[in-house]
Amino acid sequence: MKDMTTDKTTKPEKNDSKNVIDNVTGNEYKYGFTTDIDTDIIPRGLNEDVVRFISAKKGEPEWLLEFRLKAFRHWLTLTPPEWAHLDIPEIDFQAISYYAAPKVKENPKSLDEVDPELLDTFSKLGISLDEQKKLTGVAVDAVMDSVSVKTTHRDKLAELGVIFCSISEAVKDYPELVQKYLGKVVPYTDNFYAALNSAVFSDGSFVYIPKGVRCPMELSTYFRINAAGTGQFERTLIVADDDAYVSYLEGCTAPMRDENQLHAAIVEIIVEDRAEVKYSTVQNWYAGDKQGRGGVYNFVTKRGLCRGDHSKLSWTQVETGSAITWKYPSCVLSGEGAVGEFYSVAVTNNYQQADTGTKMIHLGSNTRSTIVSKGISAGHSQNSYRGLVKVAPKANGCRNYTQCDSLLLSSTCGAHTFPYIDVLNDTAVVEHEATTSKISEDQIFYCNQRGIPTEEAVGLIVNGYAKEVMNKLPMEFAVEAQKLLQITLEGSVG
Amino acid sequence: MDEILLNVTDLRAGIEGKEILKGINLTVRPGEVHAIMGPNGSGKSTLSEVLAGNPAFSVNGGYVDFHGKDLLALSPEDRSHEGLFLSFQYPVEIPGVSMVNFMRAALNAKRKYFNEEPLSATEFLKLMRQKRAIVELDNKLASRAVNEGFSGGEKKRNEIFQMAVLEPRLSILDETDSGLDIDALRIVAGGVNKLRTERNATIVITHYQRLLDYIKPDFVHVLYKGRIVRTGGPELALELEERGYDWIKEEID
Amino acid sequence: MSTPVNSLTQYIELYTTHKADINANSAPALNALRPQALSQLTDTALPHTDTEGYERTSIAEMFAPDFGVNIMRMNIPVDVAASFRCDVPNISTLLGIVVNDSFHPTATLHNKLHDGVIFGSLCKNATTHSELVAKHYGSLAPLTNPSVALNTLLCQDGVLIYVPKSVKLEKPLQLVNIFSSPAPLAAFRRILVVLEDDAEARLLICDHAQDNEQQYLASQVIEVIMGRNSIFDLYDIEDSSPNTRRHSMLYASQSDGSNLLVNGMTLECGTTRNDYNIQLPGSHAETTLAGMAIASGTQHVDNNSQVTHTGCSSKSNQLFKYVIDDNATGAFEGGILVAPGAQYTEAYQSNRNLLASTGARMHTKPQLEIYNDDVKCSHGATTGQLDGEALFYMRSRGIPESEARTMLMQAFMTDVIDTVRIPGLCERLHYLVDKRFQGGLRQCGSCGSSCHDTKTKQQ
Repeated sequence: MKDMTTDKTTKPEKNDSKNVIDNVTGNEYKYGFTTDIDTDIIPRGLNEDVVRFISAKKGEPEWLLEFRLKAFRHWLTLTPPEWAHLDIPEIDFQAISYYAAPKVKENPKSLDEVDPELLDTFSKLGISLDEQKKLTGVAVDAVMDSVSVKTTHRDKLAELGVIFCSISEAVKDYPELVQKYLGKVVPYTDNFYAALNSAVFSDGSFVYIPKGVRCPMELSTYFRINAAGTGQFERTLIVADDDAYVSYLEGCTAPMRDENQLHAAIVEIIVEDRAEVKYSTVQNWYAGDKQGRGGVYNFVTKRGLCRGDHSKLSWTQVETGSAITWKYPSCVLSGEGAVGEFYSVAVTNNYQQADTGTKMIHLGSNTRSTIVSKGISAGHSQNSYRGLVKVAPKANGCRNYTQCDSLLLSSTCGAHTFPYIDVLNDTAVVEHEATTSKISEDQIFYCNQRGIPTEEAVGLIVNGYAKEVMNKLPMEFAVEAQKLLQITLEGSVG
Repeated sequence: MDEILLNVTDLRAGIEGKEILKGINLTVRPGEVHAIMGPNGSGKSTLSEVLAGNPAFSVNGGYVDFHGKDLLALSPEDRSHEGLFLSFQYPVEIPGVSMVNFMRAALNAKRKYFNEEPLSATEFLKLMRQKRAIVELDNKLASRAVNEGFSGGEKKRNEIFQMAVLEPRLSILDETDSGLDIDALRIVAGGVNKLRTERNATIVITHYQRLLDYIKPDFVHVLYKGRIVRTGGPELALELEERGYDWIKEEID
Repeated sequence: MSTPVNSLTQYIELYTTHKADINANSAPALNALRPQALSQLTDTALPHTDTEGYERTSIAEMFAPDFGVNIMRMNIPVDVAASFRCDVPNISTLLGIVVNDSFHPTATLHNKLHDGVIFGSLCKNATTHSELVAKHYGSLAPLTNPSVALNTLLCQDGVLIYVPKSVKLEKPLQLVNIFSSPAPLAAFRRILVVLEDDAEARLLICDHAQDNEQQYLASQVIEVIMGRNSIFDLYDIEDSSPNTRRHSMLYASQSDGSNLLVNGMTLECGTTRNDYNIQLPGSHAETTLAGMAIASGTQHVDNNSQVTHTGCSSKSNQLFKYVIDDNATGAFEGGILVAPGAQYTEAYQSNRNLLASTGARMHTKPQLEIYNDDVKCSHGATTGQLDGEALFYMRSRGIPESEARTMLMQAFMTDVIDTVRIPGLCERLHYLVDKRFQGGLRQCGSCGSSCHDTKTKQQ
């Protein structure tokens, strides 16, 4: 949709980057609406009673309550991590409501029973939970605030033995599976936010792919924070048994609010012998306004354990949203010949801050990992890559290749690279290359000369720059991610 | 003459668990030129790498006699000392190691192996000068790092230059013609011919007849799927040039 | 990890009990900073493995043992010829010798120096040129760094190099640091280098220990103040002993158009930590920072660099290479910081490492912090083995495997040596590195590769 009344686009004033940035940032966060839905919400604050309340509300078994309480007690002993290259305002964890659920009828049997406002919300997000999606072959689990709203395609998946449901349902229906795997990859002692999540997580998705099954469709979860003053603490658990394959997509949005909202999620993935998991994220939480007010604090712990021989885990992320991002999707490669991959595009504009990257822990012999990270900074934003590649003493024949590029679109932004490389085995080959540079004026001029306006040229160049990563996304997401890049950045250069 | 320089018996070898050579038999006598031809992936380069002792390849069976020595039991450097030379298809670049130091190390290692004194600096430089002339190799190239920044033709000429210096009994030229223009081909082939004697022998691995116009083979072997499936005289190469490999494949498969 | 020891206490006690002697055997300009250093050291600890930037080398542990400090400046006799193994044929230098931490000029040094040029004892010159020393001493090395504060607290002598405006020193200056002591000894050295506008100088420092058995500890702070368009080379070669610990900290500041080359080479050592802190506040300044480490046995070499661009259009290039053998450990943390406003900066960094045995370890942490868009910056880090293809190529030409390995390792270090801007020294360094690889890494000494030959044949 083109706004014909804005003639700024037709007459871009060169050398006036502000003008162009205004032009783009005028194109504000389009997912910033709120939905008027009745919400079950508990008072702000966090104590053992709140933890018990959440557990009781969800009718959880004793072991899970114990898990939450242990995590909560551990959390009390911790302080938020400070090592990241981020300026995080002090967060009052007692000012957040730890449980908010859209009021829906118990287990909606069909879409007719779901609150129409809610369906409308998801359709505004471009996620249709209706039959239409069936044609595209995507199964969707939508999580609003903290509760899973509806999972589609369950029956078809059930035929193959694939379990795809909300984690609360999984606790009820497959308690032994959840108990076996929950907290095994990311223990509650892992870090401050992981402990917090383990204490108060409200929902999330659970995926189990049985032995030898190639999941025939992409599994997808959409996350949305709606209620004011709430945090979102979802938890995703994916298990791919021997020879299984699944591609999983995650997308997120939040309404525009002046206050900051906290999102502290955990994703745990277990990959068994010869199994493969592809995990793709398009993260578009509300980033705050042009002055840096509001926006989501996205503090996420994502980790996969490739414990099977020749197992493979591939993370792809396109990070465009959030006021502050703190996230390091990681691979623990313990199986012989396991493969870890991390492909990331992180875009920051205005006053956004991102400290993101990965950890590749090579414990098994002949394990391989690839890291491709593309950072794009504009406005007054700070964008850091932080990554660890570690080769354990007994892991022979390991190989890592890391490529980190940063593109700078303004003179007031920052781009930083902090790799940590620990090689404790002499048969390893580890390579890291990083470059930081300004967007090429020659390229922009070349486009201009061919009649392409500057902002469009920047969009083209940035998309080209990010292509290596975008290509790793499933088709469904690639188009959306490309649009997001354009919205976040178009014309950020004068 | 009944003297045998190289005798390969039922050689089986491969890489990363995949068997590529599935029983090679080949006999080479002094003074002979053998051409080994065959379609892509038939195992030609594997054969040359295995004979030179590249540790990346594993030998699964068979025996190779090299003028009375158990070739497969020797280290790559001792095979070189004993007179085996491989002109690589893709000579590796070694930044930081000058050609002069490289050749001096190679030559003196060989002399030491035969209990000879190392060459003096003057003798060595004189030898280098002489041998360079054979392949018309520029002095400038000789003072650079090994193969670093050399063009394709220069790399191949450099290989033949090294062959001239080391005076091998058996030279294996692995696709020496690939990537060469006609002038470079003439120079390289000329160099090989100048180095031919009654005592030494040459194995030429090639795709095309082209090189064989310059280096005349006594025997032509066709390698296919890891075996020598046909052996003939120079006329076989001409026939292959004309008819391609398909007729042979059909006969075998 | 053992709990960090507060090894500072013994040094603070030493200072408080012997304050009068320490001051009496030094100079007012050096004594002036001691009280401030002391107050910075109160209630703090030396950096240890929990301190950011020191994860791989605990300075606290390095300083923990009970070392003697030669407070009374007793003359320790030293056989210069025996330990002076780094003479450089083909180039002639102006030589000064530092025994532990006292400067000893060679007999004719003074006559050979250009008018106004100072190359001598920091302590003596702090008296004769008190203004100069007072102005620059401690101007770059921050007392907030506990290691710098400790050095300042106890340092009594060192070396002053002063080159007046437009004076270009033709001959390189050479400083030989020799450790020699009948008992475990700690030396707190200081080198102050001041180059006025358009001045030029080159300094070669060689670190040696008189013997391999005695325990030595060197704390060294080098400050380099560079005027406009000045040129300075610093070659710092450590060829000490397995029982030598060293923490060396370089602080340099470059004015407009100045050109600094620092090349640090660790050939033999026990535990070594080198900090390189280079500030480029001037515009069009250029820095080359190179380093190599060849470590075997249980050697530990940790280099930490921070190059900060605050001026416009300046360039920096960092190159660090390591070959780690046996159970040795290498660490490298290198930073490039481009401040807001430092337009048109070009900054590069490269760290390449070879691991030569199963017990060898390498930790690398290159960092880029860029707060500006008109820059060209990159860093690269690789850790791996010798190129197997090159090795086979060489063996196929008859070069024995061990010799081929040595040649490839030497070749690997070539580009670090090639940064040297004194031709004669370049050749000498090639020779020293070759010798190090043959003698040190192979443990064969003079018999060279012959024993490896026999081994290969037996196989």
